[in-house]
Parts: sequence; structure tokens; C-alpha cells
Amino acid sequence: MAEFSLPSNSVIKATGKTYPAPAGASRTKAFKVYRWNPDDGENPRYDTYSLDLDTTGPMVLDALIKIKNEVDPTLTFRRSCREGICGSCSMNIDGTNTLACTMPIADVKGEVVITPLPHMEVIKDLVPDFKHFYAQYASIKPWLQTVTAAPSGEERIQSPDEREKLDGLYECILCACCSTACPSYWWNSDKFLGPAILLQAYRWLADSRDEMTGERLDALEDPFRVYRCHTIMNCSNVCPKGLNPAKAIADIKLMMLERAG
Amino acid sequence: MAVSIVHRVTGHALAFGAVVIFAWWLAALASGPTYYRLFQDIVFSPLGVVVGFGLTWSMFQHMGSGIRHFIMDSGEGFDLVTSRRMALVTFVFSALATLAFWAFILLGRGY
Repeated sequence: MAEFSLPSNSVIKATGKTYPAPAGASRTKAFKVYRWNPDDGENPRYDTYSLDLDTTGPMVLDALIKIKNEVDPTLTFRRSCREGICGSCSMNIDGTNTLACTMPIADVKGEVVITPLPHMEVIKDLVPDFKHFYAQYASIKPWLQTVTAAPSGEERIQSPDEREKLDGLYECILCACCSTACPSYWWNSDKFLGPAILLQAYRWLADSRDEMTGERLDALEDPFRVYRCHTIMNCSNVCPKGLNPAKAIADIKLMMLERAG
Repeated sequence: MAVSIVHRVTGHALAFGAVVIFAWWLAALASGPTYYRLFQDIVFSPLGVVVGFGLTWSMFQHMGSGIRHFIMDSGEGFDLVTSRRMALVTFVFSALATLAFWAFILLGRGY
């Protein structure tokens, strides 16, 4: 159900720490970062770190790594590939869900406000809990399902045209920027699968080699799993990979309609 | 996102506001000329015109975003440029249609 106010233990305290820029820095930028530690029993707060841009890399992730290495080692966040292919550093930067590694600092006017992905439970600082998201991913059986015997001595083949249908789908890195930008997912994430998982569901529905299309559609045919999507378009607007989950969901709905005849 | 939330807000305005006023209008018609005169005086008072203006804008805006939803339900217009352009069109349409509608009513009444 919709919650419009934060629970009392999630309200952000006014008093955060401020870390000034190093002496002699000429080009500085402030990073206002959401901090919450499950062990100290305190409410969340914003800490503000001023960095010297002349010694910081170009992306927001570079700034976070610099803060952790040189200013405050307690800052906690996920990161891995630093080039937009792993999906680990998804977070809300300047009000938009995106990947810290592909978000240029220069694109943010004024101080850079960084919070965890919205409406996710926070484990610590910028690290949200993906347990439920991954369980939803597993629920759509994201692997090739077949009933016919495998062709002997060769793989299941696909024409270039059939393969092209997977473009714009296979590139998804499951960073959850789209799902956590979706108001329907905020209100109904217990039952609505959300744009990321539905894009993945469509990736297998669109695969010419998959032979469980009917069963996959049966599993999605539900008032909540697919039909909580109201074409709000936040998902497609934020996707850091430029994909279009809203279009994939519309294509699922069309497949269901066509099947119903 | 703006069109989506405005679609909901205008839908609620129509479902609760417009329906009550419509029922009231029918009841006023059935109650004879004296009461109907009073109804007209209220509806065409400055406050009544403001409420009516809001409700007709809700109607045109809801219609515009409804047609946009209808197009998108057929799987069209999902690229970001087209969907944003269609969103803008719903706002322009509802503003112009509301102004034209009220110009027609008020000029007709000799305001």
C-alpha cells in the first residue's frame, strides 16, 4: 500500500557532518551523501564532502571512491566495473536514478545530492537490499526453456532477424534504476514485478528458441504482475542503458491480447 | 510522469465533482423554473465559472491523455521523443479546448 511519509526511524536528521575541501583547492564541489548505519541506532543523515575537482576523476563514482579512500573510509556503496556494464553502482544522483560510474559530475549544477535507490530497504549508506528484486527475477525463469530434443551436434539456431528481436532487451544489466523509479513499483512491489523484471520476462518471450511462451504468458496473466503498469514512462526515462522497459511491457500486453484472440 | 498523474487527478475530479454537479443539474431541471433559475445563478456566478472552468479543463485533459494512453496501448509512441511530444500535445489541446469552450459559453451569454 502507498506510504506517503517516512517511518519515524527513516526520517533524515538535520545534523550531518561536513568535511571541508583540502586547503588550496581552487575548483571545489560539494557532495551531499545519504548516510545510515544499521549498528548505531541513529536516524539517517546527510554528510557533505567538499572535493577538489582538479584531483578528482570526471564521474560521480570517482568522487565516491575518492571520499572513501581519502576522506571517510566508513562510506559504504557498491561498485565494480566502473564502466556501466555491471549495474552495481545504481543510486539516486541529483534526483534521478542512474549509474554513478556513467554520470558526469559536470552534469550536476550546485551540490551533488546522492541517496540510495528510492523505496528500497537500505542495508547501509548507499547499499539497498536487492533480495526481493532478485526473487522476482528468479520467478520469471530467466533461462531458455524448451520441450523439443536438442538438435544433435549443433546449437539451437536463430536467424539474424529473430536475433534482432532481442536487441534492446539483452543489454539490461539489472541495476534496478527503472523499477525503483516507478510509482507503481513503489506502491505494489510485493505483487507487481516492475519494469526491469518485465523487460527480462519479455526478453524470453521474444526469443525464437524458447518453447514455453504460453506458460510464460500464463504466469504473467494477473491483475498485479503486469497490469500495475500504467505507462507512466519513468522507467524508460531513467534507464542508464537507454533501454525501453515501458515498450517491452506494452509488447507483453499485446502478446496476451493476441493470444486471447 | 506529469501526464500520468494529471490523468489520475482529472479523472477523480470528473468522477466526484462533475458527477455531483451533473446530478444536481438534472435534479434542478426536474424541480421547476424557480429552482432552475437559482441553479443557473450559482453555476454562472464567478465561483461557479471557476469550478466549471476547472472541470471542463479536467474533461479535455483527461480526454487528451486518455487518447494518448489508447495510442500507447497499441504499442506505438514509446520512444522518448514521441511520448514526450504527445504529452505536450495533451496539455496544449486541453488548454485551447477549454478556452474555446468557455469563450463559446460566455460570449453566447453576453458577458
